[in-house]
Amino acid sequence: MSDADVIYKTDVLIAEDIDAYLDQHHNKSMLRFITCGSVDDGKSTLIGRLLYDSKMIFEDQLASLEADSKSMGTQGQEIDFALLVDGLAAEREQGITIDVAYRFFATEKRKFIVADTPGHEQYTRNMVTGASTADLAVILIDARQGVLTQTRRHSYLVHLLGIRNVILAVNKMDLVDYSQDRFDEIVADYTDFAKSIGMEEIMPIPISGLKGDNIVTLSDTMPWYSSSEYTGTTLINALEEAPINTARMEEAKFRMPVQWVNRPNLDFRGFSGQVASGRIHPGDAVRVLPSGKTSTVKEVVTFDGNLDEAVAGQSVTLTLNDEIDCSRGDVITLADEPVEVADQFEATIVWMTEDEMLPGRPYIMKVGTNRVSATITEPKYEVNVNTTEQLPARTLGLNTIGVCNIATDRPIPFDAYGDNPDLGGFILIDRMTNQTVGAGLIHFALRRAHNIHWQAVDVDRDAHAAQKNQQPALLWFTGLSGSGKSTIANLVEQKLHALGKHTFLLDGDNVRHGLNKDLGFTDVDRVENIRRIGEVAKLMTDAGLIVLTAFISPFIAERRMVREMMPEGEFIEIHVDTPLEVAEQRDVKGLYKKARSGELKNFTGIDSPYEAPENAEITVDTVALSAEEAADVIVARLLGS
Amino acid sequence: MTDLTHLQRLEAESIHIMREVVAEAEKPVMLYSVGKDSAVMLHIARKAFYPSPPPFPLMHVDTTWKFQAMYELRDRAAKEAGMDLIVHQNPEAKEQGINPFDHGSVHTDMWKTEGLKQALDKFGFDAAFGGARRDEEKSRAKERVFSFRSANHRWDPKNQRPELWKLYNARKSKGESIRVFPLSNWTELDIWQYIHLENIEIVPLYLSQPRPTVERDGLLLMVDDDRFPLEEGEVPEMKSIRFRTLGCYPLTGAVESEAQTLPEIIQEMLLTTTSERQGRAIDHDQAASMEKKKQEGYF
Repeated sequence: MSDADVIYKTDVLIAEDIDAYLDQHHNKSMLRFITCGSVDDGKSTLIGRLLYDSKMIFEDQLASLEADSKSMGTQGQEIDFALLVDGLAAEREQGITIDVAYRFFATEKRKFIVADTPGHEQYTRNMVTGASTADLAVILIDARQGVLTQTRRHSYLVHLLGIRNVILAVNKMDLVDYSQDRFDEIVADYTDFAKSIGMEEIMPIPISGLKGDNIVTLSDTMPWYSSSEYTGTTLINALEEAPINTARMEEAKFRMPVQWVNRPNLDFRGFSGQVASGRIHPGDAVRVLPSGKTSTVKEVVTFDGNLDEAVAGQSVTLTLNDEIDCSRGDVITLADEPVEVADQFEATIVWMTEDEMLPGRPYIMKVGTNRVSATITEPKYEVNVNTTEQLPARTLGLNTIGVCNIATDRPIPFDAYGDNPDLGGFILIDRMTNQTVGAGLIHFALRRAHNIHWQAVDVDRDAHAAQKNQQPALLWFTGLSGSGKSTIANLVEQKLHALGKHTFLLDGDNVRHGLNKDLGFTDVDRVENIRRIGEVAKLMTDAGLIVLTAFISPFIAERRMVREMMPEGEFIEIHVDTPLEVAEQRDVKGLYKKARSGELKNFTGIDSPYEAPENAEITVDTVALSAEEAADVIVARLLGS
Repeated sequence: MTDLTHLQRLEAESIHIMREVVAEAEKPVMLYSVGKDSAVMLHIARKAFYPSPPPFPLMHVDTTWKFQAMYELRDRAAKEAGMDLIVHQNPEAKEQGINPFDHGSVHTDMWKTEGLKQALDKFGFDAAFGGARRDEEKSRAKERVFSFRSANHRWDPKNQRPELWKLYNARKSKGESIRVFPLSNWTELDIWQYIHLENIEIVPLYLSQPRPTVERDGLLLMVDDDRFPLEEGEVPEMKSIRFRTLGCYPLTGAVESEAQTLPEIIQEMLLTTTSERQGRAIDHDQAASMEKKKQEGYF
């Protein structure tokens, strides 16, 4: 029997007295940890080693691993443990780890859940995800490389997510001749850095994942590590002894976010949830937040019978002695230790999606069991995750981290993340795509007196425009019938569309038959016609569009009315200048003829006036220019300005 | 300090997940395959909502080729939990007489993959609990607890939502549905230990008994009923066998064993050298076969 067997499995006990073995194993604790490092640091190899040594790899898996190692491995004929943990086909082909994978192994004392996350900068979000549930972090360093930029990034993230137990695993000691000096040098380097970011305690261990040194048993290759200068502990030993978060949370104030109101019949009304922190007993005076109503606990109900006490980590159902209002999203606390309730916060935000964060846009925020609408301000600063430097920023892009203020649409119960991750950690969800786009950590509530000015609490016209990456505008084509307004407007729209602009053309065809079908051609109706078109166009520019309208719009006053509806600079009047004789000569639709003959009344230019613009932004002379040329002029003027 | 055991923590986490689904989904359902993982999942569902019965039905996507003993337990377990049981059998597969002996992988595709899609669409379930665990297989290790499927029930492993803390994003786009795996963080050993501790009833086939068997393509198959076509010269042989995983009986390989009690099973498992999925024909095709199947909509 090898040393590994002693640690992981007492095969003899299993074989001889399975009941005794089971008694022992029903009472293991559970530790969740994250491994930080890149493929080059030997992370996957280390995890593969842990699984292999703990016999979590079975013969059939080993056989397929051996086959894979030969075709795809990087270790020649040797088993490539990394292949065991890089689960998705794309990852195996490319030899990289691109997602968070969860692995499991157990020793005599503990069950372990390992969050295996990629180390490159473009996978910051994956690492943050893995770290969010971890009790401990193993930070891997390649002994040949020492403390690198990525080591600093990993450490910063681990510290940001509030992980207090950090093991510094100096890996590949076999490749530096198991040198004590090299190990000391790296540890000294790292300790300096750790202090600078406020990390309190670290446990350095020299290992070789490939050879198995100091993983399960102390290796003869590094006798110096057993001297009193060092902890002389193995990696497994350190993992077995580390404190667990839920145990720490038991000593914190009682909080239980209500997940579900349990009402099987009229006689029973219970509040189901998982205790986030602290402990609760029947008879305890409690308070429900945000309402602040108080009562006392009647029973702590579970399927296995009522409990005398529930502690952090347990999922229970509480009944109260009073009929008070309490529903999903509320938090139950002890009466004299309530959570804070607020609707404005400062928070660190990790952005997790390709589309940048839009300050001012409402996102769905999920915190505890609460779901609210939240808007974010421009970042106060972005953090360079490699140097922890603070940089100015206007928004946050994928995998960037910044500090922002957040406002929710109603007050929510919360704790600072550092005090209670379950009530201070949140995710942000995009309303349109329903994707999780960001995660955040609440620092503190902003006091009302210190309220910052909110740029907007809604998706406003700037947000719409920013999303379309364009300046909204209303291109108002005016001119005589037959001057070529529609033709030119159509060409302009085609050109803008081809340039990726979001446009919409309002013309006689799509307005007269619908919105304005109740209007005729009297002067009153003409004014109302233009007013309605102006309002619709304004809504469309509010939505961020470039709107084109092609109407004769003969009166200066109406055109001015529309101009005044629009923000400064967004109304662009385009005079399609064609002399009456030319228009009448063209008479594409035969209308002038009808007007001249008196068949058509109130025809502009004939028996109704056309008031030419005095200061149009753009004038195109359709006698000198073709429609194409006119359209080019307009597009150039629009995009050039 | 109370120091919860690993099983208590796993149970509490699974309960938390189930309650989140019930609070956020419109019409959840629990897929129930009658296996040991389903048994644990159902047991935890009863705990999660006690004293209410679980506020969703159980659904068995049946292939008509399960072991007889599974059908017996299925009906009893649903009744005991006070839950409605929906049994769906793909009518096309039924009509065409699709069976594992003549149709190979078409059998799994039509009865299970297609059958599941049909059933979810037919009843309009927007969230379905499944008993899959991350330790079962490599691509499962990366699957989220809340795993989204497109309107065509496809899984896109490269476009999964990050899951942080205990915060699950259950928002769906139109046509999407969610598979939820409350046992994601359990291992096979955890499942057995929990069944033992909680005294959960399981299909007796998990325990060893003399049963009629034939050996085919390296799999030890049980002759469960008279639909099993014996090849020429094949005579069922009584062997002391049990199953580590239960599927369609013609596709599920048994192991020879003397383990007649749960502790003996656990003992055998701890001393064994092959993983449980080896008993299933479905995984052997190619390295990433499960990942492929899941992208196509297999649970």
